[in-house]
Amino acid sequence: MTATITKAPLKRGNRSATDRQQWGSPATYFIAFVFIALCLGPVIYIILGGFRDNSQITMDPAGLPGPWRLDNYQEVLASSTFWRQVGNSAIAGIATTLGVVILGLMASYILARYRFNGRGAMYSLFAAGLMFPMTVAITPLYIVIKDLGLMNSLTGVILPQIAFGLPVTVIILVPFLKAIPDEIEEAAAIDGTSRLGFFFRMVVPLSLPGVVTTGILAFVASWNSYLLPLFILGDQDMYTLPLGVQAFASQYSVDTAKVLAFTSLSMIPALIFFTLFERRIVGGLTGAVKG
Amino acid sequence: MSDQQPPQGTVTAGDGARAASPAAPRPRRRKTDWRKRLEITLLAGPAIVVFIGFVIYPVILAGYYGFFRWKGYGPATDFVGFDNYMIILGDSAFHDVLRHNGFILVMSLVIQGPIAIVLALLLNQKIRGRSLIRVLIFVPYIISEVIVGIGWGLMLQTSGSVNGLLENIGLGQFQADWLSDPKIAIWSLMVIISWKYIGFAVILFLAGLQSIPDELFEAAAIDGASYWQIQRSITLPLLGPTVRIWAFLSIIGSLQLFDLVFIIWGQYVASTAGTSTMATYMVANGRTSGNFGYGSAVAVVMFLISLAIALVYQRFILRRDTEGALTEGKK
Repeated sequence: MTATITKAPLKRGNRSATDRQQWGSPATYFIAFVFIALCLGPVIYIILGGFRDNSQITMDPAGLPGPWRLDNYQEVLASSTFWRQVGNSAIAGIATTLGVVILGLMASYILARYRFNGRGAMYSLFAAGLMFPMTVAITPLYIVIKDLGLMNSLTGVILPQIAFGLPVTVIILVPFLKAIPDEIEEAAAIDGTSRLGFFFRMVVPLSLPGVVTTGILAFVASWNSYLLPLFILGDQDMYTLPLGVQAFASQYSVDTAKVLAFTSLSMIPALIFFTLFERRIVGGLTGAVKG
Repeated sequence: MSDQQPPQGTVTAGDGARAASPAAPRPRRRKTDWRKRLEITLLAGPAIVVFIGFVIYPVILAGYYGFFRWKGYGPATDFVGFDNYMIILGDSAFHDVLRHNGFILVMSLVIQGPIAIVLALLLNQKIRGRSLIRVLIFVPYIISEVIVGIGWGLMLQTSGSVNGLLENIGLGQFQADWLSDPKIAIWSLMVIISWKYIGFAVILFLAGLQSIPDELFEAAAIDGASYWQIQRSITLPLLGPTVRIWAFLSIIGSLQLFDLVFIIWGQYVASTAGTSTMATYMVANGRTSGNFGYGSAVAVVMFLISLAIALVYQRFILRRDTEGALTEGKK
């Protein structure tokens, strides 16, 4: 309470001081503009390239579309391969996200609000997982999946993705759950709510911002993941988008324009998803990183 | 709230409240313990099972298969002791790979770190369109490695748009084989890596900057400190923990680099172009050639190298931050 009261006048003083210099210096804008142009240039090249045809690309590799051709995009959008891969990616992404969020939230709740022997060890176990991305475990992971009979199935991709998504989720969610004041839990207890009831009625809603962040991170990671599907999914019908894009690019390596169209269409979902939730992602990273 | 208060609920609540009443009689306490254990198992169990099954167990398995010559089917019987490891350590291709990984690791830090800090400082000023800028610089990070690899691969190929652009603006003599010339290829890779991951560094640093209280800047400004003095004496030291966490993530990422190289150079070209990494070496000599025992041994070597670097880094550099960064809450 005191914090909010003392903060308020400071904030106001701050604003009147910054009103004068709100536009900042032109140099700042210039540098920001150059940087953004460098960031977006290749992306724009991919998107525009899809609107050209191969003779245009051969004549002038760095030129603009002229005339604009829509048939590359139309052909990709009309192909069942593309949509099947979108479907596979969506299933893998959604299942991974749900798994990571549900398992991660439950485990984080235990780590944040229960006191028991081995709690430190359990936290270290998950935190250590941060150090071992999937690359290191991919060969034996392939063997485990094969032994479980999950080769060529999306389940074989989803389960490891959930497992490897858990460390980040736990690291981000535990501070969120710790921050819920004990008083709320005590009040709930006095009102007769069990700890499990408290979990479902209070913890889940209160930790929603963190949950959304971890969910988005898990979804985008799954949507973009390449190495694991490369090992697990051998059957073209099970391909997710990254595998599909790569297969398409090598299959139509002479048809650059079509490859560019396919590539730009496959990045749209992740971009939309990110734009919608940008604030959450950045906010979540802040929570996880600030000391 | 008060109307959902069953009479026996108060009893469970009293049990459940964490050590709030140390004077609680013994028998009831034991009941609490039992209940607590059940809750812990129920809530944390699934995550632990999945995590151990698909993260820890495979890593252990790799350690086991690393001692065998094994083609990936049937039980592993051809025990070869440390032979796989001797081959790895003596293989000049693996030495190349280590050098490439080391180069990528150091150059990632050296290129991205300073640029990202300067950009974050610039963008942390009160300027118009800041949130839009933040979204846009994050775009390369969100796009998948496969798309980045294909897009940059097409741009950098000999007949690609980078050479075309150089021709168009009259700098034709600077055209090069960006991807196949072994002298240039790894620098092309560094450009692509920086392009893809620098947005993440900037966003992280911006987040770190925003958690520094405004009061510090105001106090320094009142004391007559200039903008750059403030940045050097206040911002940079307070940004330290964020930078150290970023460096850690960047190091681990550099050691694991796979997708970009594999997509752009493929598994065989990468070594002649001088861009192969430990991970592409592992895939090319493990799964692709059917030598799963050898591939597992390479995985173990990668694992040990990452672990050693991570531990050293944590011990000497992250130690003072980890309390705050990884456990939070204790502030």
